[in-house]
Amino acid sequence: MTTTDGGPGEAPPVALRTEALEQLLTERGLIDPKVMNEIITTYETNVGPLNGAKVVARAWTDPEYRRRLLQDGTAAIAELGFSGPQGEHIVVVENSATTHHVVVCTLCSCYPWPVLGLPPSWYKDPAYRARVVKEPRTVLSEMGLELDDDVRITVHDSTSEVRWLVLPERPAGTEHLSEEQLVPLVTREAMVGVAKVAAP
Amino acid sequence: MTAPLDIEGPAAPPRFNGELVFAEPWESRAFGMAVSLSEAGVFTWPEFQAALIARIAAWEAAAPDEPYHYYRLWLAALEDTLAGRCAVTADEVTARTLALAQRPPGHDHRAGHGHDHDHGHGHGHDHDHDHEHHHAH
Repeated sequence: MTTTDGGPGEAPPVALRTEALEQLLTERGLIDPKVMNEIITTYETNVGPLNGAKVVARAWTDPEYRRRLLQDGTAAIAELGFSGPQGEHIVVVENSATTHHVVVCTLCSCYPWPVLGLPPSWYKDPAYRARVVKEPRTVLSEMGLELDDDVRITVHDSTSEVRWLVLPERPAGTEHLSEEQLVPLVTREAMVGVAKVAAP
Repeated sequence: MTAPLDIEGPAAPPRFNGELVFAEPWESRAFGMAVSLSEAGVFTWPEFQAALIARIAAWEAAAPDEPYHYYRLWLAALEDTLAGRCAVTADEVTARTLALAQRPPGHDHRAGHGHDHDHGHGHGHDHDHDHEHHHAH
C-alpha cells in the first residue's frame, strides 16, 4: 500500500506526480498544508455514514422531523449539525414496501458527503453507474437485494445540483427500539438504496 | 461534523467499515488538494466536477485495458482545472515530478521528521511527510 517507501525507483509515478503538484501549490500559496490535512482527517475519521444513520433514526422516531426531512433535506440535516461540501442540496426520498429508491451518479460519483462520507468503490465503478439505470432490479439482485416484481423502483441520478439520500424503511420488529438503538442498524448501503435495513 | 466514532457498528465511518476511503496515501492528498482549492476559491467545485466528468467519460470511451482507477482520473481532472486557471501547468508538474524522481536512491522521505510513521496501515492516515518539506537539489 505504501507508495513512498523504498526510494524513487519504486514509487509509482502517480504518487510522485501528486507530491509534485502539492509542492507547487504550496509554494504558490494556493494551498495551506495544515488546512488540507484537517480536511483529509475530517473525511477519514469524522464524516461517514454514521451521520446519515443519525438522520434516519431521527426520522423514524420523530414524525415531525421526518416531514421536515422529506420537505427540505438540507435544512433538516443541518438541524443535526451536518453540512458542508457536497451537501448543499440534499433531497431525501423514502422507501416503503411498495416503492424503492436507489441512487447513482452516472456522470461521475456525486455523493452527499456530509451524511455518507466519501463514496465506496462500488458506487464509483463504471459498471454500477452504467447498469443500475438500465436494469436496476437485476443490479440490486446481484448486490443481494431481491425486490418483488410489484415494487416500483426509481433510480435517482445525482447531478451537480442535487444529492440524493434514501430514507430506508424501518424494519419490522424494531418498534420498541429507541433512536439511539436504531442508529447502528442503518447502513450506508441502505441509504444509497442498494440494501434494506435489517432488524437486529 | 465531530460525531463520536462508532467503531464497531455498520454505520461506522469509512475507514472502519471494511472499506478504506483511500487505498493509498497519494489518493488522500489528491482529494485534499481539490477540496482545499475549491474552498479557497481557486476554482469552483462545479468547474472541477466538469473536468472530472470529462476525464471519466474519456476513460470510458477509450475503454483501456487497465483497471478503472477513480483517483487517477481525479488527479488528472485536478490538473486540468488548474491548467485552465493558469495556476499550474502540466509541464511544471512534469518537471517537478522528474526532479523528485531524481532523489538519490535510498532517500527516505521520513528522515529528519522525528516521528514514526506507521506505514503498515497504508490507508493514507500517516503521510504527513509527503509535503511538509521541500527537497533541495
